[in-house]
Amino acid sequence: MIEFLQQLINGLSLGAIYALIALGYTMVYGVLRFINFAHGDVFMIGAFAGLYVAPAVLKFSNGNPSWTGAFVVLVVAMIVCAILGIIIEKLAYRPLRNRPRLTVLITAIGVSIFLENFGQYAFGVDPRSFPDLIGDHAITIPAWCGRLTDLTIMVSQVLVFAVTLFLLIALRFIVTKTKLGTAMRALSVNPVATSLMGVNNDVVISFTFGLGSALAGAAGILISIQQPSIDPLMGLQPGIKAFVAAVLGGIGNIPGAALGGILIGVIETLVVGYSDRLHIPPGYRDAVAFLLLILILLFKPNGLLGRVEREKV
Amino acid sequence: MRIASLLPFFATLALGAVPGLAQDQIKVGEFASLSGGSASFGQSTHNGTALAIEEINAAGGLLGRKIDLISEDDRSLSGEPATIVHKLISEDNVVAVLGEIASSKSLEAAPICQENHIPMISPGSTNAKVTQVGDYIFRACFIDPFQGKVMAKFALSRGWKNAAILKDVKQDYSIGLADAFQQSYTAAGGTVVKVQEYTTGDKDFRAQLTSIKASHPDAIFIPGYYGEVALIARQARQFGIKVPLLGGDGWVGESLLKVAGHSLDGCFFSNHYSQDDPSPVIQNFVKTYAAKYGEKPDAMAALGYDSAKILADAITRAGTTDEPKLRDAIAATKDFKGVTGDISLDADRNATKAAVILTIADGGFQFVQRVAP
Repeated sequence: MIEFLQQLINGLSLGAIYALIALGYTMVYGVLRFINFAHGDVFMIGAFAGLYVAPAVLKFSNGNPSWTGAFVVLVVAMIVCAILGIIIEKLAYRPLRNRPRLTVLITAIGVSIFLENFGQYAFGVDPRSFPDLIGDHAITIPAWCGRLTDLTIMVSQVLVFAVTLFLLIALRFIVTKTKLGTAMRALSVNPVATSLMGVNNDVVISFTFGLGSALAGAAGILISIQQPSIDPLMGLQPGIKAFVAAVLGGIGNIPGAALGGILIGVIETLVVGYSDRLHIPPGYRDAVAFLLLILILLFKPNGLLGRVEREKV
Repeated sequence: MRIASLLPFFATLALGAVPGLAQDQIKVGEFASLSGGSASFGQSTHNGTALAIEEINAAGGLLGRKIDLISEDDRSLSGEPATIVHKLISEDNVVAVLGEIASSKSLEAAPICQENHIPMISPGSTNAKVTQVGDYIFRACFIDPFQGKVMAKFALSRGWKNAAILKDVKQDYSIGLADAFQQSYTAAGGTVVKVQEYTTGDKDFRAQLTSIKASHPDAIFIPGYYGEVALIARQARQFGIKVPLLGGDGWVGESLLKVAGHSLDGCFFSNHYSQDDPSPVIQNFVKTYAAKYGEKPDAMAALGYDSAKILADAITRAGTTDEPKLRDAIAATKDFKGVTGDISLDADRNATKAAVILTIADGGFQFVQRVAP
């Protein structure tokens, strides 16, 4: 039982990272009906932004890990990624807004490849070690929690849950309670009507990209705190899994993306952890998650929480 | 057709007719991971090889000619070795190929060398399958069946009767060494309580470590490469896994201790040589290498050095770089006094050598014991 709980915690913390990245995918799709394949690489840039800012921040605390320092690094990475996302949209996607969907898709792949190779050129191909910003250690669970004392929860895992939850709530607030958020939702229903209502579509779209990319940046920092080895190709795998997570939960649906991310993270971890009991080699963990995606799409083509879009004649 | 449009055609013809610039040099090809996840292997090996070639050229070269070392980077990516070895053989016309450390990469390149009858000497690939590709493939190091036995016996000699194994399923080296360890360990009375897997490039091993922790091993055998081993060690200690970690020569990497910090203190691994060995041959090499590169040579550098010197020795004995004379000369290597020990190539073209067991303490590697074959 303890092992299961432990694996569950591991899975949830992995899933939270996927959820954060998936949110970016789903938001952009929801508003623009377009999959931004470069999203996973924005996540990587966020991690490297953190790598370069961290030493300056650590200088203030004399090289000791500090929570304020970590917070500053997180915010800086989010801002850098937001700006990057807005620039990418302006340069690569906006000129193609009235072109066929396929053209923009190919451009997105091109941006992704560009970012990866740029990263390899600028940051070097070798993995780099991310500094310890929060003094990561295991939390000791008090003895009166019974057998739960055998669980190992890392501070970084708690941090990942907490930040993801906070960002989810903040996102929900932005999308439902602010004017820009309402404009985003209006745009996803009908862009022409929205601009007729006096909304500047360009600003709203830029804002959407910026927001999604900021979330990717946050995910980049969080994962670097958990697994302190970063390299320019680190965005590939999580990017694909987050995209699958977004589709699994219903692409365009924000709670769906979060649900999809958590599901994939947990399943992946459980398959690996129980590989001998399930008689599935741990190397198949991705296969199991994607198989699940296929099955779910067979029965619920719009994803778990997606709504069926009826075509009106 | 107008003459002007034919000009580029003639120009190319003319260029092609210019004979290869280094007609009087012996071309030796090298493929290594000079960048990427296992860059430490490639860079060390390359340094050792280059040092050896430099020494040989300074002493007058071989057969009256200098050696031209053509190095190519496979960027630690599978698929690259095949491409670059093909290029070395067909475009650069090398007489022999040196490489690689990672067994998976050697296995990629070996069939190409075998098919073209170009001898290949792997400095450090320990998976048994590498030399089985054909009689033109050699190695300067011991093989995993031996290495696995060394660590299995060592574990049992310390009283660690239950072991867990965490192997990298993307690397032939890791799979082979894990199997060799498992076989020797269980044959000698040990019990393997859990076998878990990961892939090269993974960063998160918590699921595997949780599963291993629940099986209560006395020691964990991690026959992987330094990049992942360092992260595994960190996460294992964070999880409260305090038992010693054991490994093989894949642990030898520049970033191992930088990333792992103190998580590997008191752990053991098998290797090809020890920097602290007082033997004059080794200390001389350490001094020369340090003078040229500013750091002490690790096992991969020593193996790179030896593999180049073995090739040179064979060329001298054969008196030619033609096949099959060169191949036969390499196969006849006996009692070659290398930096990594006395090297004799057996009938399977593997080196019969001793292994050393090192431990990690005080931020570095320390010699524990030597194990003869």
